Amino acid sequence: MTEALPAFDIVPALPEVFLLLAGMALLVVGAMRDKDASRVVTPLAALALLVAALFVIGADKTADPIFSGHFVFDSFAAFLKVVILAGSAVSIVLAQGYLEDQELDRFEFPLLILFSSLGMCMMVSANSFLALYMALELQSLPLYVLAAFNRDQLRSTEAGLKYFVLGALASGMLLYGCSLVYGFTGTILFDDLGAMLLGTENGTLELGIGALVGLVFIAAGLAFKLSAVPFHMWAPDVYEGAPTPVTAFFAAAPKVAAVGLTLRVLMQPFGPVAGEWQQIIVFIAIASMLLGAFAAIRQTNIKRLLAYSGIGHIGFALVGLAAGTERGIYGVLIYMTIYLVMTLGTFTVVLMMRRQGRYIETIDDLAGLSSTRPLMAAAMAIFMFSLAGIPPLAGFFGKLYVFMAAVEAGLTPLAVLGVLASVVGAYYYLRIVKLMYFDEPAEAFDRQGRLELQAICAVSAVLVLGFILIPGPLLATAQAAAAALMP
Amino acid sequence: MLYVILVFAPLVGAIVAGLFGRQIGDRGAQIVTCGLMGLSALFSVIAIFSTVGAEPFRVPLFTWMNVATFEVDWALRIDALSGVMMFVVSFISFFIHVYSVGYMSHDKSIPRFMSYLSLFTFAMLMLVTSDNLIQLFFGWEGVGVASYLLIGFWYTKPSACAAAIKAFLVNRVGDVGLMLGIAVCYLLFDSVQYDVIFAGAAAMADATVVVFGGEFHALTVVGILLFIGAMGKSAQLGLHTWLPDAMEGPTPVSALIHAATMVTAGVFLVARFSPVYEYAPVALAMVAFIGASTAIFAATIGLTQFDIKRVIAYSTCSQLGYMFFACGVGAYSAGIFHLYTHAFFKALLFLGAGSVIHAMSDEQDMRKMGGIWRKIPVTYAMMWIGTLALVGFPFTAGFYSKDAILEAAWASTNSFHLYAFWLGITAAVLTAFYSGRLIFMTFHGPCRADEHVQSHIHESPKVMTIPLGVLAAGALLAGFFGYGMIAEDGSWWAGAIFSHPDNTVLHDLHYVPLWVKLSPIVAMAVGLGLSYLFYMRMTEMPGRVASALKPLHTFFYNKWYFDELYDRIFVRPAKALGLGLWRGGDQAIIDRFGPDGVAAAALATARRASRLQTGFVYHYAFAMLIGVAFLVSWYMMVGRG
Repeated sequence: MTEALPAFDIVPALPEVFLLLAGMALLVVGAMRDKDASRVVTPLAALALLVAALFVIGADKTADPIFSGHFVFDSFAAFLKVVILAGSAVSIVLAQGYLEDQELDRFEFPLLILFSSLGMCMMVSANSFLALYMALELQSLPLYVLAAFNRDQLRSTEAGLKYFVLGALASGMLLYGCSLVYGFTGTILFDDLGAMLLGTENGTLELGIGALVGLVFIAAGLAFKLSAVPFHMWAPDVYEGAPTPVTAFFAAAPKVAAVGLTLRVLMQPFGPVAGEWQQIIVFIAIASMLLGAFAAIRQTNIKRLLAYSGIGHIGFALVGLAAGTERGIYGVLIYMTIYLVMTLGTFTVVLMMRRQGRYIETIDDLAGLSSTRPLMAAAMAIFMFSLAGIPPLAGFFGKLYVFMAAVEAGLTPLAVLGVLASVVGAYYYLRIVKLMYFDEPAEAFDRQGRLELQAICAVSAVLVLGFILIPGPLLATAQAAAAALMP
Repeated sequence: MLYVILVFAPLVGAIVAGLFGRQIGDRGAQIVTCGLMGLSALFSVIAIFSTVGAEPFRVPLFTWMNVATFEVDWALRIDALSGVMMFVVSFISFFIHVYSVGYMSHDKSIPRFMSYLSLFTFAMLMLVTSDNLIQLFFGWEGVGVASYLLIGFWYTKPSACAAAIKAFLVNRVGDVGLMLGIAVCYLLFDSVQYDVIFAGAAAMADATVVVFGGEFHALTVVGILLFIGAMGKSAQLGLHTWLPDAMEGPTPVSALIHAATMVTAGVFLVARFSPVYEYAPVALAMVAFIGASTAIFAATIGLTQFDIKRVIAYSTCSQLGYMFFACGVGAYSAGIFHLYTHAFFKALLFLGAGSVIHAMSDEQDMRKMGGIWRKIPVTYAMMWIGTLALVGFPFTAGFYSKDAILEAAWASTNSFHLYAFWLGITAAVLTAFYSGRLIFMTFHGPCRADEHVQSHIHESPKVMTIPLGVLAAGALLAGFFGYGMIAEDGSWWAGAIFSHPDNTVLHDLHYVPLWVKLSPIVAMAVGLGLSYLFYMRMTEMPGRVASALKPLHTFFYNKWYFDELYDRIFVRPAKALGLGLWRGGDQAIIDRFGPDGVAAAALATARRASRLQTGFVYHYAFAMLIGVAFLVSWYMMVGRG
């Protein structure tokens, strides 16, 4: 397929190329300007991300893989790229106010996010183990730096370091897994590997034990990026230690990218041996859901709580992957999109928790919010109810689709466990609502002057609330994206 | 249309006063409910004139349920029986609404009261105009709810709440019977429509049903089950305990619900089901036996009570017994006749008592009254009229109906007819005695109230005395106008009440020996005379008799120890069982291992889960490696088989 035009057909990679060039250019711009570098670069970076998203939307989604089959651009990649780019752009906008207040407003911040987003876009388009690893590292390196962005603060540097050390370990595992698979199968291209597994003689879909171990290692490396149990340990510490906008970013786009990558790796090259990896995913899903539900109960720091919440949500999303069907993929895509909106919304509220100019992050500070800041409390309540999965909010539908897929695939016990875990999880989400609405008001928060935060918060709340009214566009695109992934 | 307005006007009043009471205010609620009730009462007068002797017909409203063969419509069944009942209910209810305007004038929640009263009236009208058993049940439960709400109207008073709950629970016991009766009807006739049931009753005369392995005469089973329902609602012996306690409600409520209308629903039910009862002699015998026993039983208690309302309440209970044994001996029309006259004079007595209580600053104990007849002459006169009608003084309302009942009892062929007759006569003596006692203790002799109360004694306002006057007129004349009900040929009813061709009691009761005809009058004279002697002439006699017959007096005074008995047999074991299940079953087992256990386990898990997070990087790395090692080993050992 690539024989006909082997040379430089870069059209499908246009968004990435644009992002790369824009990033370089903005780097130069930032370096040239003196004082207001971040003020100029930040909006431009966000704009670049959105333009890239437009490129993605406008592009032809049926092109053949390019770069000798290492890079693929299909509806699945397009769907995730739009979500990732939008999420990253929002993260950049969210951050500005915080960074200015903390005197951290350096122009590198938006650029790091931009480069990381570039990596993420390549992740979801990766069509070989080489491209996968390269994209993953391109995404991860800026994240390590971002975690330690507040370098004068011990917690932040500690978070960055922890993340880096563990991330290196995970990368090592991933790479080792890739090499095992290559060693036992002789190919690094997803298409070739998939065709090979599919074409096994007598229809027995046999995967050598060596390659299987390789698959386990790859899965472990990906699970680290997903912060799924038992590779999740970094998440609470890093979430808590990193500056809040960084945490918001961590919780949003990179997770979507990691889920996309995992979906592609497991469904395309390893799709024919779904029976093998299903067991890993089921185990990881159950462990993540339960740990996410139980460990969050005793948290007092809201960022830490959201870290566990994120672990739990990845568990739920993996339920859809465990099903291994098109409906499952469809469910996961919807789930992650809704999750991104809810999470970003929640973090905007966290970013608005400011008292006398200081940012605060304990849950008790939310007490009685409904009487001091009713709109903010209402938005937070919407996000919490949605995260808990209470109808008719969007979060309910995310869960509904993945659980339905699991039941249809005969994984009813998994779905039941998922529902039980979400019951436990509902406890801590609703506790926040209870704190806001029924407890004695704590000292009021500062009046929030930043318009962009309020706007993002409002838009997220409306999206979460209104999903039930106009679910069509999202469902249809997710449907197409899921179909693209199936052989 | 007339009938629809008649039935639904009170509902509209109830809704308006209940939901918008705050907007329209006290006065508005009174005007709306009384106005709509007045409309209903006016139509009910038209209704009684147009239904008497007229063919029955039904006014269909709409379909309620239609499940396979089970069809229930909302429809009004209009015939002479429902005509009489509609008249009694709407007419008396209207005057009680008006009376309430005065009586409740100092209350804080007038709209609520008026709304409940109207709601009750609607439910009662629904009951008496029902076209099928399910609709009857709707009305039956509706009046039950309204009764509950009204007894507990002063909900801050613990005794009122307790009485309301008691009334509701005791009625539930009867309702079980009614529900089972309805079910057996459906089993037998494959329908709950009256038309179908009544038309098919004769054909079912020999049918049997199997209950708990035994085979029983089907219509007898229906009759007894329905009668159990009637016993609950009409406070017959055994299920009567709620009625005296229900006097905790405001007095107009006692007059309307617990004297004139709701408690007579049971009598109505038996009369309505006359086509069934006529083929169930055993059930009729039971009705006669229970009715007669209640009549004497309640009268004996009435002799000894001191609370003015309780005396009248027991009197009501006793009179209901009369109505039932009238039905039991086959003279349904005599029972309904007494129901109709009784509604007037008993409502009058209750409202009169309410007027007295009002005058005496809410004092209900007759021992703290006396000698007030000069101060409240109108009330005094009204009470006398009510009393005379109750004891059956010649040519008052009660005279006609009570005579008819006793004569029917004598003339009947029911196995308990003499039992009923003699107990009825004895009860008539007792009735006259306690009624006289009530009048003499309340109005005559020295005044035993304290100075403060005495200075406040005043006649009630016109809004209260006018309804009294109307009811008094009814108590005097109702018997005269309704005499046609017990006419030999039964033309008044035009088939609404069925009599078996062999049942000639309506004919026979007109041809009983003279002494039987005179005996009620003698009984009345003896009773009233004795009470005059005891309470006016020889005032030390009551005490002396009471001490001479101490055990008997104590027995009567304590209401035959029914409450204590039930407390021992039902209430305490039920409480003990409930307490045991609560402490032992719910708290110790379900809560401990259920919600509490799960919550505690979740917390413990949460504690352990958060302890995993040590903060050391090498721990984290170790966890990752363990995870990979576990997964790889899983595939090595298990996963691949």
